[in-house]
Amino acid sequence: MPQQISIFAENKPGKIERISGILGRNNINMRAITIADSGDYGIIKILVDRPVDGCKALKDEGIAATLKEIVAVRIDDSPGGLHRAASVLSKNDINVDDAYGFTIRGSHEAVFVFQVKDIKKTEKVLQEAGFSLLWDNELYFL
Amino acid sequence: MFWNKEVETIDRKALEQLQFKKLSAALRSAASTPFYKKVFKDNNVSVEKVTSLDHLKDLPFTSKADLRLSYPDGMVAVPRSDIVRLHASSGTTGKSTVIFYTAKDIADWADLLARSMMATGTTRDDVFQNMMGYGLFTGGLGLHYGAERLGCMVIPASSGNSLKQIQLMQDFRTTVIHITPSYALHLGDVVAEQGLYTPDLGVKKAYLGAEPYSEETRNKIQEQWGLQAYNSYGLSEMNGPGVAFECELKNGMHLWEDFYIMEIINPDTGERLPDGEAGELVITHINREAMPIIRYRTRDLTRIIPEQCPCGRTHRRIERIKGRTDDMLIVGGVNVFPSQIESVLMKIPEVGNNYQIVLDRHENLDRLHIRVELYSKMFQGDMEGLNRLKKKLVEELKALITVNPRIELLEPGSLPPSTGKAVRVIDNRKI
Repeated sequence: MPQQISIFAENKPGKIERISGILGRNNINMRAITIADSGDYGIIKILVDRPVDGCKALKDEGIAATLKEIVAVRIDDSPGGLHRAASVLSKNDINVDDAYGFTIRGSHEAVFVFQVKDIKKTEKVLQEAGFSLLWDNELYFL
Repeated sequence: MFWNKEVETIDRKALEQLQFKKLSAALRSAASTPFYKKVFKDNNVSVEKVTSLDHLKDLPFTSKADLRLSYPDGMVAVPRSDIVRLHASSGTTGKSTVIFYTAKDIADWADLLARSMMATGTTRDDVFQNMMGYGLFTGGLGLHYGAERLGCMVIPASSGNSLKQIQLMQDFRTTVIHITPSYALHLGDVVAEQGLYTPDLGVKKAYLGAEPYSEETRNKIQEQWGLQAYNSYGLSEMNGPGVAFECELKNGMHLWEDFYIMEIINPDTGERLPDGEAGELVITHINREAMPIIRYRTRDLTRIIPEQCPCGRTHRRIERIKGRTDDMLIVGGVNVFPSQIESVLMKIPEVGNNYQIVLDRHENLDRLHIRVELYSKMFQGDMEGLNRLKKKLVEELKALITVNPRIELLEPGSLPPSTGKAVRVIDNRKI
């Protein structure tokens, strides 16, 4: 199951600088980054090529970081692409807690990355509807 | 104006005789309680050997910790069926300190407050709006009973709900209010926001209490409202409000010496200091059936004004409270100890051991911020968990200290370490 790094950060200047610095020094490459903000603090979510190493490097520097399991589904990079995947989720009454997406270089495909309560069920319904999921290494080395 | 001229202007010698008589009775009554029975035995105190007021200084002190130790009723000197009420203040470690009263205690307390209010010129023709909290806190019910005893029309408004307070003042022509100084300033601003001119409301007097404030704040409230503001002093251990009250001359608070024996001590050595010197106020309650308390260390710093007041009252005055000998904070009139906050934080595993308490004042109302570090290992990676944690902290703290805190979750390592002299409390309020 793919994982992202979730980091607790106060809403202050210099936070992304510090985190990206640590990852850079440890030769960890970022695929995507998103920030969920809640006023005083937020959660920075980063998809990297080596999540376990990245998370450990951050923790070693005293940062509150953890690995969070995610679902990554391959969708068409064309109008309605996301809608088709989202329809499957909605028909199965699956609520998306938090999500982001990115396109894959040199292809007509994109990746929709999201958090849900029941990962197993989500993977199952998406696969049954013909969607292709990205597993750990596929996703990290896109 | 005197409520009871004979008692209020009693000559010192007769007052001391009265005090001694009441002290002897209080000591005998105390000796019947489980708590004092043990304390007197452990300290070789024989009640019969106290043959003069001066002997009081050889008796052991009673502290807030003793009140907790004797929780719930180790200091009670009457049968349960004679008790008609209790009041409580939040304790430093979660356990409250509880004070009990018989019907006579309540009646005497009301009488003392009627005396206090009349000393400021309030009469049965006044309309008294009581904006202190009703309930376990003594501030609300204490003056309520006193004002009724005096014969005022009482509006038991309790605290908060500013627009309603203003409406009540307008509709019932309130002349006297009981209020915390910070809320008086805030309410004055709300009146102005409503396009009203505060002095037009016709409030003539304010009794200020429950939190420390400066002479400048008193002047500001007087100017803003066009009224006379009087200082009062009390603590639940000694009944509540009405232990000491200013008279119309507003130059120190008369401590009612027929109910209480006061001493000023050096807080470090416990040694009694002469009149006029500043130190910790120690009070013995000599007028309570249900719960006599001997030599209670109030932790409040003040001095006795030795000169007699020109008003004619012979009961000596104390100066406004200068501070505390402990770390108690007063937030919006509520007593809060940092150790209470710490006790809550320590039992919540998601937060670290470092914390900071920041106090400031916004629109004249106290704000309590608690800054805590998230504990790395407990971070689950989702916002929902953080919000849940914040809510849990607010709820647990509010349940213990009754003040609604604002929680700031910080990254691990952002607060100064707990070793050494960490500054835990940052008080930005100007009093």
